[in-house]
Amino acid sequence: MIFVSKKKTRKASTWILDGNHAAAQGAKLSRVQVIAAYPITPQSPVTETLSEFVERRELGAQYIAVESEHSALAVCTSASMVGARTFTATSAHGLAYMHEMLHWAAGARLPVVLACVNRAIGAPWSVLNDQQDSISQRDTGWIQIYARNNQEILDSIIQAYKIAESVYIPVMVCYDGYILSHTEMPVDVPTQEDVDRFLPQYKPHTILDPANPKNYNLVTLANPRVNAEGVLCHGYMELRYLLQEALQNSRETITTVGREFGELFGRSYARMFWEDRLDDADIIIVAMGSLAMEAIVAADMLREAGHKVGILGLRVFRPFPKSDVVQALEKARLVVVFDKNISYGIEGATCSEIKSALYGSPARAVIRNFIVGLGGRDVKARELVDAVNKSLLSLKEGVLNKEYPEWICAI
Amino acid sequence: MTESQEYYLCMQDYYEIRWHGRGGQGAITAAKILAQAAYLEGYQGVTAAPSFGAERRGAPVSASTRISPQTIMVVSQVENPNVVIVLDHTLLKYQEVTSGLVKGGWLIVNSWRPPKELDIKGDFNIATADATGVCSSLGLAVAGLTVVNTAILGAFIRATEAVGMASIEKAIRERFSNGEVGINLAAIAQTYEITKLEKIG
Amino acid sequence: MGTRECQHICGESSPAVGEAGKTGEWRDSFPVIDQEKCLPVRQNKPSCFLCWLYCPEAIISKTIPIQINMDYCKGCGICAQLCPAHAITMVHEEEFCLTETD
Repeated sequence: MIFVSKKKTRKASTWILDGNHAAAQGAKLSRVQVIAAYPITPQSPVTETLSEFVERRELGAQYIAVESEHSALAVCTSASMVGARTFTATSAHGLAYMHEMLHWAAGARLPVVLACVNRAIGAPWSVLNDQQDSISQRDTGWIQIYARNNQEILDSIIQAYKIAESVYIPVMVCYDGYILSHTEMPVDVPTQEDVDRFLPQYKPHTILDPANPKNYNLVTLANPRVNAEGVLCHGYMELRYLLQEALQNSRETITTVGREFGELFGRSYARMFWEDRLDDADIIIVAMGSLAMEAIVAADMLREAGHKVGILGLRVFRPFPKSDVVQALEKARLVVVFDKNISYGIEGATCSEIKSALYGSPARAVIRNFIVGLGGRDVKARELVDAVNKSLLSLKEGVLNKEYPEWICAI
Repeated sequence: MTESQEYYLCMQDYYEIRWHGRGGQGAITAAKILAQAAYLEGYQGVTAAPSFGAERRGAPVSASTRISPQTIMVVSQVENPNVVIVLDHTLLKYQEVTSGLVKGGWLIVNSWRPPKELDIKGDFNIATADATGVCSSLGLAVAGLTVVNTAILGAFIRATEAVGMASIEKAIRERFSNGEVGINLAAIAQTYEITKLEKIG
Repeated sequence: MGTRECQHICGESSPAVGEAGKTGEWRDSFPVIDQEKCLPVRQNKPSCFLCWLYCPEAIISKTIPIQINMDYCKGCGICAQLCPAHAITMVHEEEFCLTETD
């Protein structure tokens, strides 16, 4: 983490940061008040850095040491409930261990922000990157944002608080372990004043006040019921409906916050995915996280070979930007989806979402799915190119549909 | 060489540098200092990364630096470097040190031997400098061990001219405390002077 | 008209009498107080009130004599168990019914 230069055009300064330090800077600039986390590779430098900020009094937060990831998120949800802005970070098995509390944070509608440094899950053991960990948590009701580079990690964490605290849904900011977490690159670090202007104070929807006692998240029956004051209150199902409704509506908030961020910091996040050369593309590569960067190189190569290739880099996976995706893919004849995860027994999770989004739309693209990069397997632009060429060839041979995904591996 | 590498290596001023050292010799730190210096030099795209996974003191380790006039989109690991820097010449016996090094690239070795005597053949240029000699005479050591990771940057500048001494100096000043700056800069300058170059064809 | 009007976004309630419904319906026996044994009555000053303190439904009054809100008394018998003066006896609802019809 090295300070490099002050830019004259903007007040921000450029640092050469790895992804973990970018995440820690993002949390610090967001003035988090309670941090609870448990170390795990490759996330550990995030919490180590934050604990140093707290120790040096550069950050006025409570750093609460815990004995497990489950407790880390329990601390964050409780602190969030009494009005503190909270942050935690984890990877792989740590995220799996948080599973119960992930549901709880979302169900209790607490705007916790979590940095998930994507890592493969055992067995067998691996410390290297894929996205199986966060994809396994997609149904917990959290918003999931995937960063392509270290700048996006820092920017996404700041935006995550504004989004989470507007819609009362926790946000998971995911980024690829090692590929981003341990790789240094230039990152513009905004000033504290600018971030303060962007990010208002957290106003909790739950307030624990002895003068006005409340029960929160008590046993809730299946059916609605009239409370002692005669008000008809939600049953369990109504609360679930509200969470789904809030996720649906959060798309608006996510893009608005992204646009506002762009106005203030010069980097707009007004869309839920990144697009590259989609205008004239009839072949579209879909990827998520850092792979969406590597895909740009693949698209360069394919364009040189005469193919009209564009990229849709998914930034927000939950809520899934259904209608936007349909619009973006409408004109394509071939969509090649690369997944760093596998929903065993079917296909990559992103591919399923893309297919489901296109159902019933005028889009008629053939969809191919490739599983890549599991457990840290390096994914080269060359391999993405090969996969696209292979798909084009099979398309030429008249193969329209493949039941299961293809794998880029040595089997 | 793969097509993607060809694609990028045909670009002007694009460097993929792979560092080889032993755990604890500072290869990763050097990879980062170089990235920072290159950014200060005006390159828009710089990345520095360790080889991914667990690392152990004394074991052969590698790291990488990418330098480009444009923002770098490649996130996969360096496969075909155009510069390989070896902090410990005893590592030369391992095949992977020069693996993938492109034709016309640079192999830069910390060794008292001149390039011709390294007994390494390939389509690449070779530079050697006795950085260990320079650093031990200057007393540049960490926990009793001579460290050459900054000194070898002198040989890198001499061989590739990719980054100027002024940018390296700035990067060193930002990373090290006042007391450490002088000795590191001296080591870089002296290594620069004694670097021997052997160019192919 | 749906449940949206409660304006809650997570499970929420305020402690209030009857929040969990008429818990008196859960009762199969009920407390009968012998006022002559009850300490505050005997001493005619606020004292003891252990039954008020320990009643899980908070439906015993801190008055002389104490009063129990039978709409919500679940008949758990905690008051009878801990009354130091043994002034409270639990009587089965059935016996009460029998006595009434007799």
